[in-house]
Amino acid sequence: MATSLTRLPDDRLSELLDGYRAASRGPRRRALALALAVAALALLAGRVAEVDPARLLEHGGAFFGYFDRITALEGGGGRVWTDPAEWFWGWHKWLPLLGDTLLIAYVGTALGAIGGGLLSFVAAANLMRNPWARGAARRFLEFCRTVPDIVFALVFVIAFGLGPVPGVLALAIHSMGALGKLFSEVVENIDMRPVEGAMASGASWPAIVRFAALPQVLPGFASLALLRFEVNVRQASVLGFVGAGGIGQDLIEAIRKFYYNDVAALLLLIILTVMLIDLGTERLRHRLIGGMESRA
Amino acid sequence: MSRPASLHDAAIADLAGITARHPAVFRALPPARLRSIALFLAAAGLLGYGLWRLEFAPARLASGFGQLVHFLGLMLPPDPGSWSRALLVLRGLAETLAIAFLGTLGAAAIALPLGFLAARNTSFNRLVHFLSRRVLDGIRGIDALIWALIWVSVVGLGPFAGVLAILTSDIGTFGKLFSEAIEAADRKPVEGVAASGGGRLHGIRFGVLPAVLPVMAGHVLYMFESNTRSSTIIGIVGAGGIGLMLSEMIRTLEWGAVSFIVLLILVMVMAIDAVSGRLRAALIGRR
Repeated sequence: MATSLTRLPDDRLSELLDGYRAASRGPRRRALALALAVAALALLAGRVAEVDPARLLEHGGAFFGYFDRITALEGGGGRVWTDPAEWFWGWHKWLPLLGDTLLIAYVGTALGAIGGGLLSFVAAANLMRNPWARGAARRFLEFCRTVPDIVFALVFVIAFGLGPVPGVLALAIHSMGALGKLFSEVVENIDMRPVEGAMASGASWPAIVRFAALPQVLPGFASLALLRFEVNVRQASVLGFVGAGGIGQDLIEAIRKFYYNDVAALLLLIILTVMLIDLGTERLRHRLIGGMESRA
Repeated sequence: MSRPASLHDAAIADLAGITARHPAVFRALPPARLRSIALFLAAAGLLGYGLWRLEFAPARLASGFGQLVHFLGLMLPPDPGSWSRALLVLRGLAETLAIAFLGTLGAAAIALPLGFLAARNTSFNRLVHFLSRRVLDGIRGIDALIWALIWVSVVGLGPFAGVLAILTSDIGTFGKLFSEAIEAADRKPVEGVAASGGGRLHGIRFGVLPAVLPVMAGHVLYMFESNTRSSTIIGIVGAGGIGLMLSEMIRTLEWGAVSFIVLLILVMVMAIDAVSGRLRAALIGRR
């Protein structure tokens, strides 16, 4: 590199530098004030939430120790993966439970999608002209998605008894709220010309929805429902914590009774299932969206 | 109505010709249609099998819904029962908010460097990129409720376990979101910094960070909204917040208190959504 860089004279440089400092002073001050405000809020929150760094330091090692424990064979002799038969001793009861978990997620998503699909047309501003019906549908959906599914499950377990039924219903209601909102956004973005055509030819409201709106929104609905299915698989794996069926029942038992190897096995099963489902639905959604774009 | 009628008559008269010109429209069941019908039947069949396998019996459903209606009647009006309990509820809500706030903040702070490791354009090499991606996926695969159980067995019952649970489960989500934001960032500022003699870290600090910070702040606010929801329930396993009280009230069938708590949760969540939605809109506007 024979060429030397041309350098500005020092007085010109310091002038530029001063300009830069002056320009960045305002944003810098604002960032500092924001950081201070967040720090103050964090301190306050720390008091309320009884944050105790000393306890974390004392027991923090136990967190990693936990993963050490659950992966060490209880009978002694190395790590769990050296003896898969011993590790997954309960597979004949866990695999059906895992299947049930998936089924709970599927049925919950399907029922939620049906309910949300019906309500979304009522909640969409472009199809439902009556503000009262629209407002009622929107408030109802809002309620359904704001109350956590596990709270619904707690109540339903008391009403319907233990087992997967309350779990499915809880997922269905929560999914209905979440999907209904997303669906109604899809409905509000449709091309209105088919709707006007159907209206001009004297179609009733259900007929307008069926023949003018539904064909346009179906791929979007399906894609969103698949996304919800992913979420619901995760949720279904913990519904068992409150007695609402699925693999969560065995997991909470294993955690509470310190069956360390079972905890590791169940966690691995859940993580693998969730990952597989994520991959599968992502493929499906890409195909769905691709199909939609190629048709458009 | 004469013109459409005559059009209709004309069409009927020329039916054979029209059929010959547009065979696809007149085929009874086009293959695409057949496929979607088969798909629909399969989905419905699986739904039916699921309902059967998960023991959906009409009698059980009927009695259950009867019970629900009964409970709903008992939930009105919402009534905490006593002033001291109302205060406890408010304290629980404050705890819930504190858990969500600290959990989100801590997770964002820890996930920031991880996001750079997991982003293709700023990671050290492919192996680090791949490994950090998989670790983040694994963390995300475990629900916050499970993390709460694990942390309760490590630091004991109480809201601190809740903070740690939200924090741990969010590291996975934030790491993924952050790394995607970093990968989507414009390369040119980094090249500019490199051209004027800046190192790799300078490139990240002056080239990438200013571009991705507003995006990340948006994600953080969004996750804060989502976490106020999840931190209302982790109390069910003893990790602090309003969840413990809510599940106790449900289990002891104090329906007035249940609806009181649920109502306050709804108000809190909606207030947080409104505030954070405004902040997010301001962020996007400023960008």
